[in-house]
Amino acid sequence: MSELRRAATVAVAIARKDALSELRGRQAAGSTIFFAALVLLLFGFALGPDSRRLADAAPGLLWLAIVFGGLLTVSRLHQLEADDGALEQLALYPVDRRAVYAGKALAGAAAMLVLGALLLPVVAILYAVPIGAAWLPLVAALLLGAIGFAAVGTAYAGLTVKLRAREVMLPLLMLPILAPLLLAGVRATAAALGGDPLGELASWLQLLVAFDVIMLVVGAGTYGFLLED
Amino acid sequence: MRTRILGFAALMAVVVAAAYGLFIVPADLNQGDAQRIMYVHVASAWLAYASFGVTALAGIGYLWRRDLRFDAVALAGAEVGVIFTAFAIWGGMMWGQPVWGVFWQWEDPRLTTTALLLALYVGYLLLRRLTDDPARRAGRAAVVGLIAAVDIPIVHFSVIWWRGLHQGPTFIDPAKSLKAAVPMLFVAALLFMLTAFTLTWAWLMIRRYQLARLESQIEDEVRLGRIAAARRTVAIPPPVAGDEPTR
Repeated sequence: MSELRRAATVAVAIARKDALSELRGRQAAGSTIFFAALVLLLFGFALGPDSRRLADAAPGLLWLAIVFGGLLTVSRLHQLEADDGALEQLALYPVDRRAVYAGKALAGAAAMLVLGALLLPVVAILYAVPIGAAWLPLVAALLLGAIGFAAVGTAYAGLTVKLRAREVMLPLLMLPILAPLLLAGVRATAAALGGDPLGELASWLQLLVAFDVIMLVVGAGTYGFLLED
Repeated sequence: MRTRILGFAALMAVVVAAAYGLFIVPADLNQGDAQRIMYVHVASAWLAYASFGVTALAGIGYLWRRDLRFDAVALAGAEVGVIFTAFAIWGGMMWGQPVWGVFWQWEDPRLTTTALLLALYVGYLLLRRLTDDPARRAGRAAVVGLIAAVDIPIVHFSVIWWRGLHQGPTFIDPAKSLKAAVPMLFVAALLFMLTAFTLTWAWLMIRRYQLARLESQIEDEVRLGRIAAARRTVAIPPPVAGDEPTR
């Protein structure tokens, strides 16, 4: 029990450190969110000006913007440590690697949730989608999506940060893995916005939960190997 | 020598199965000659999944025992699997054009899953090329292969759901058309092709494994040679001052 509490303390400390450095050097997070909003604007150019078509495509466009912004978000997760040569210290900490993974994933999920929550009103305004009544399932989908994205992203960012062509390799490795998450997120969002006439919302949220749990388990199990190589 | 016999057997089996599938089995009533593609398509799809299963298991084996021979098996599985996956997709598209009227049918969950499968393992192979140190390469590849293998069932399940909840299937179910009236000849052709392809697959896997072992031997020798050369340059004193090479 005390071991679990110790691991939780470590995870929270690492997540807090990441969040603090993100908040104090605000430019990176801010520009990521701005980039994702810009993607939403460009989707308008690509598919507009027919506003009904944009509203129909809104769930998919929202999640694509989240994925693009999310790739930049998770690529920063290990970047600070790598730039400062602190990755070795992180690997040498005498704590459970799974606690380090949990802390990194927690920080990533929080950043992803902020990204999603800020993009949601942008979608509502740009594509004229009313989100008022559906906010609870929407937030649930965003939260579950953020956790799944961070679960995969933490492992892969830890892997690619040491690679030569990491800017290409992170999306290349992550995007196919994220296909179920994208699919379930888009369908859940569409169901929530459409008033869920087919009663499929719960199934898609369950799929997201399953994805999150599986990827968290695999990520926690393999992160140690990535950190020590 | 035994591998050579296996390769010869595989070649003969492919020739026999192809002749049987092309000339002896009659063309399908509904789909015509296009249906013959199914024999190679099904066989290569099944072997693609088998290859990636081998890659995942070998990756776990490597992480457990830290033996580079496991890594060579994983590499063989991924590379052979990518070839069979690409072949399965290509065959499916060639079949889809006359039968469905389109190359790419978004409502077929198998096609979409297989396309993602190809993307996953092309990424795996690219990752391998970007890491020079053999032990690191093996470790990273093992993790990526493991995550990809875990992801495949989720992808498949979610794509089936996606289509199922979206809109009902409108195409001819290939499984049904294989189980249709005159089945024995068709089933025999499929089984022949499966056997022939599996033999070929086994031969490719063994050869690729042997090649990977040879490659890592050369890698080791090059590295040892570099270390020896570095030692020599340290041991021999530099030439007299003023004799600097021109730049």
